Amino acid sequence: MFLINCPYCGERDQQEFKAGGEAHIERPKQPTELSDDEWAEYLFMRKNIKGVQFERWNHAHGCRKWFNMARDTSNDEIKAIYKIGEKPPTQ
Amino acid sequence: MTQNLRVKSSEFIDETNRISFKFDGKTYYGFKGDTLASALIANNVHLVGRSFKYHRPRGIMTSGSEEPNAIVQVNPNSNITEPNARATEIEIYEGLEASSQNCWPSVNFDIGGINNFLAPLFPAGFYYKTFMWPKSFWEKYEFFIRHSAGLGKSPNTRDPDIYDHRNIHCDVLVVGAGISGILAAKNAAKNNFKTLLLDEKNELGGSTIFEANEDNKINHNSAFEWLKKEINELKNIKNLEIKTRTSVAAYHQYNYLLARENLTDHLVKKDKKNKIRQRLLKIRAKKVILATGALERPLIFNNNDRPGIMLSSAIKKYSNFYGVACGTKNIFFTNNDSAYESALSLHNKGIKVEAIIDIREYSDAKIIKKINDAGIKIYWAHTIVDTKGYKRLSGVSIMKLSNDGTSVTGNKISISCDCLGIAGGWTPAVHLYTQSGSKLTFDEERKIFFPKTDTKEQISVGSCGGDFELDEIITNLNYKLKNFLNINKTDFEGITLENDHETSKRNIWLLPSDQTIGKTKPFVDYQNDATAKDIKLALREGFRSIEHVKRYTTTGMGTDQGKLGNMHALGIIADTAGVKMGELGTTTFRPPYTPLTFGTIVGRNVGEFFDTFRRTPMNDWHIKNKAEFENVGQWKRSWYYPKEDETMHQAVQRESKAARQSAGILDASTLGKIDIQGSDASEFLNRVYTNAWSKLAIGKCRYGLMLNEDGMVYDDGVTTRLGENHYIMTTTTGGAANVLGKLEDYLQTEWPELDVYLTSVTDHFATASLCGPNSKKILNKIIPDLDLSDDNFPHMSFKEVLIDRIKCRIMRISFTGELSYEINTPASYGEAIWQKCIEAGKEFNITPYGTETMHLLRAEKGFIIVGQDTDGTMTPIDLQMGWIVSKKKYDFIGKRSLYRSDTMKEDRKQLVGLLTEDPNIVLEEGAQIVSELNQKPVEMLGHVTSSYFSPNLNKSIALAVVKDGKNMMGRKLFVPMENKNISVTVANTVFYDEKNERLNA
Repeated sequence: MFLINCPYCGERDQQEFKAGGEAHIERPKQPTELSDDEWAEYLFMRKNIKGVQFERWNHAHGCRKWFNMARDTSNDEIKAIYKIGEKPPTQ
Repeated sequence: MTQNLRVKSSEFIDETNRISFKFDGKTYYGFKGDTLASALIANNVHLVGRSFKYHRPRGIMTSGSEEPNAIVQVNPNSNITEPNARATEIEIYEGLEASSQNCWPSVNFDIGGINNFLAPLFPAGFYYKTFMWPKSFWEKYEFFIRHSAGLGKSPNTRDPDIYDHRNIHCDVLVVGAGISGILAAKNAAKNNFKTLLLDEKNELGGSTIFEANEDNKINHNSAFEWLKKEINELKNIKNLEIKTRTSVAAYHQYNYLLARENLTDHLVKKDKKNKIRQRLLKIRAKKVILATGALERPLIFNNNDRPGIMLSSAIKKYSNFYGVACGTKNIFFTNNDSAYESALSLHNKGIKVEAIIDIREYSDAKIIKKINDAGIKIYWAHTIVDTKGYKRLSGVSIMKLSNDGTSVTGNKISISCDCLGIAGGWTPAVHLYTQSGSKLTFDEERKIFFPKTDTKEQISVGSCGGDFELDEIITNLNYKLKNFLNINKTDFEGITLENDHETSKRNIWLLPSDQTIGKTKPFVDYQNDATAKDIKLALREGFRSIEHVKRYTTTGMGTDQGKLGNMHALGIIADTAGVKMGELGTTTFRPPYTPLTFGTIVGRNVGEFFDTFRRTPMNDWHIKNKAEFENVGQWKRSWYYPKEDETMHQAVQRESKAARQSAGILDASTLGKIDIQGSDASEFLNRVYTNAWSKLAIGKCRYGLMLNEDGMVYDDGVTTRLGENHYIMTTTTGGAANVLGKLEDYLQTEWPELDVYLTSVTDHFATASLCGPNSKKILNKIIPDLDLSDDNFPHMSFKEVLIDRIKCRIMRISFTGELSYEINTPASYGEAIWQKCIEAGKEFNITPYGTETMHLLRAEKGFIIVGQDTDGTMTPIDLQMGWIVSKKKYDFIGKRSLYRSDTMKEDRKQLVGLLTEDPNIVLEEGAQIVSELNQKPVEMLGHVTSSYFSPNLNKSIALAVVKDGKNMMGRKLFVPMENKNISVTVANTVFYDEKNERLNA
């Protein structure tokens, strides 16, 4: 059970949160211009790597805010938490 | 048979408090402080159960939670009996009843015992190998296998006990109150850390407290005397909470631990009453100190499982702690010095020790001299090759070990005894450490897995950290604590320590016998009856991974998770396969450490507290009017209102007719309601719905369909424009929370530039939906001032009005196809307004109807229910609702996906109507649809999604999804059922009032 540091509320138990999949996948601004393959890439393709992954999380039973998390999937260490719109940490 | 083996009064046993209890129907006596195991041993009862597979007689082996054999049924004659309780952990109380498990008719005469003689027929993987042939017989085999599977008897009524959960936050959690745990907790608390100390036993002090070893000295005093003083001081320390009888079950990430606090199991019945039985502690600790100690290993030799064969450390605990002798003629069998301590303890209490058999060549420990002085014979470099006695050990045969330890030589010597203490060394209890995700490292010399790393949040101290000798334990503890807690000094720094050191080591995982291995029974996992032979067989058959060998042989898969024998299993695999143990790794240690009862896990969340029910403001009225309820998500919705002895079908038919012929009223309060405000509200709706919203006039309503980005229908509902920048959206009852979540997601992450605010107002409004040709007259009676003409208040529009000075929002919208009005009132006035409608409607025979009638009425009109007629694979086009998809809008959620090659296929499953040839036959929802009856295999074209008998049309109607259904109008298809094939015709989805004339009737 993670202890997640919501950037708006502080440390809360994982059960207040909802995971929202891979982060930094931007919805195409002009979907009609995309080929089926390009659209499918946006729609379906997600990474599942062993190591640090950038994810979206939502404080669903709290402030309802979405934010991003860098998590090491091999040991569940939360490396960083940052707000939507902010750049992912490089380290 | 009954004989009193109580040898010496013990400070931990209250001999003035005699307790009677029953085991296997017979009454015995023990004292306050005894466990069921110690009390039985005091009565010379060792045989307490039968083994799982061979039904071999088994006795008490240990004195703690690692016990594999002495697992008993508590309250065996009660409906709330508890299986698989460890006799070594049950504290006796007046009136306790327990019985043996896995034996019939009794533990002394067990029919299943025949399996022992058939043992050659039960090798590892026996079930896999035997019962797969012929394949079709599996169902017959299964019946018998199920009957013989499982240990114990499960309770068959509701658990009447009370369980509780408690959240605890602390700075430092110390698990285990042996000498390391006590010193760690004391120093943490003294340095202002809020500290919690847990121990699974009822007494603090671990094994040091009863070791009675005069050679272990702290400050020139015996260690156990010194520790007693430390324990006494704990009471006066602030910041320190101590919980005994509390076993940590699980250690999760981020220092989140679950512990079971046992509060009443040791009390007599009348004291248990109305008290919380167990409490699950949910602990979030900043730092965790593991001081869980070590478990003694058995030795693996031929017939090492007879009642009377016990761990050497357990024999010591029974004599020193409980004052009970485990036998009258004792032998010890060891590969290290600790058995000598046990032997000496027994000797000093006047309990006879016949001999010590040591597989080592020698030991120069000081204690050897004391053993020699006591006149106890030591057999160096010998091993036990066999044991005797069926229901109780009667003797052992020993032979000299060869130099390499793989065979035996010389003459066989027989020694008679009734108790054998085995000492195979110590295994650090690293279960919690590995559960936390940390990795173990293997020490080749000491043959132990121990914690590899300490972190800022977690350390392992004492023997669970790999320190076994007193001076090592204290010195390392001092050093580790200072670093971990970042303190300058501990209060036990500089104490003087004296203790003996073990110098001679010899480890043999599987001890040889004079017989070939095929003829021996060296048990590795006592509870699951897995022998060394089984493990070797698994390896011969090609299993290599330790996880596979475990599952194939079931080693370590009992309720004890193989706490005793897992290391030996690993050792035997490594030796046989010629690999290093460190490379082999261990199997996964999974929570819980000891079994938890379901009651503890669920706590108070039982019965009416299992889940939250949401009830509408009109709920009391529904109950008064005898509504039957249906669960929709968490909501309790009225389903139908049976009159007198009406069946559901009769009630629904009556309600449906009334709604179309005169007037009906539905509680629609559960529909999700989202208040949308902001200068970009219209643009936002344009993006989330398939149709256009910019031109919707203030005061008008519009139906919207919401898709997922994959183009599939996600939700639907009517949204009303209340003002220039203000909308109220309704969603399906079940989808409300998810829709709000999805909209928030897009707003926050994709379109943060939009000025839009979303608020859930589902609970703020109650909704009464008036429907039917007389609804206008009823509403007119309630609000005479409001002009209800089609010009002033047309279909799909909204008015804000006052009813008895209560501000209400009325929408003229319809889910039934009838003229209808939805009256939204502040929730607290919901029932009053509802009552008013009922009163006003009396002269029109207003009929309250529930969800079932609502579903029927909308099906007559071909209106979909998202989640019933759709399943996440239906596009609006598939639903024949292409009219609602804007061609002009550049983009909306899911638009691009409607032009993928797959979603554009002509022959996707599409929503159609179905009419049965016989109008009286009502199809089953979910039934499959085919076009051919004689073809094999036949293609399933789709299935029925909604089906009812329509009283207004006097025939059966159904909606279905059918492959290429759009092009099948009028085609005859079949719905094959178990006993008949039903002929159906594909029809339009709208069965009633196709021209929508009734909306303005």
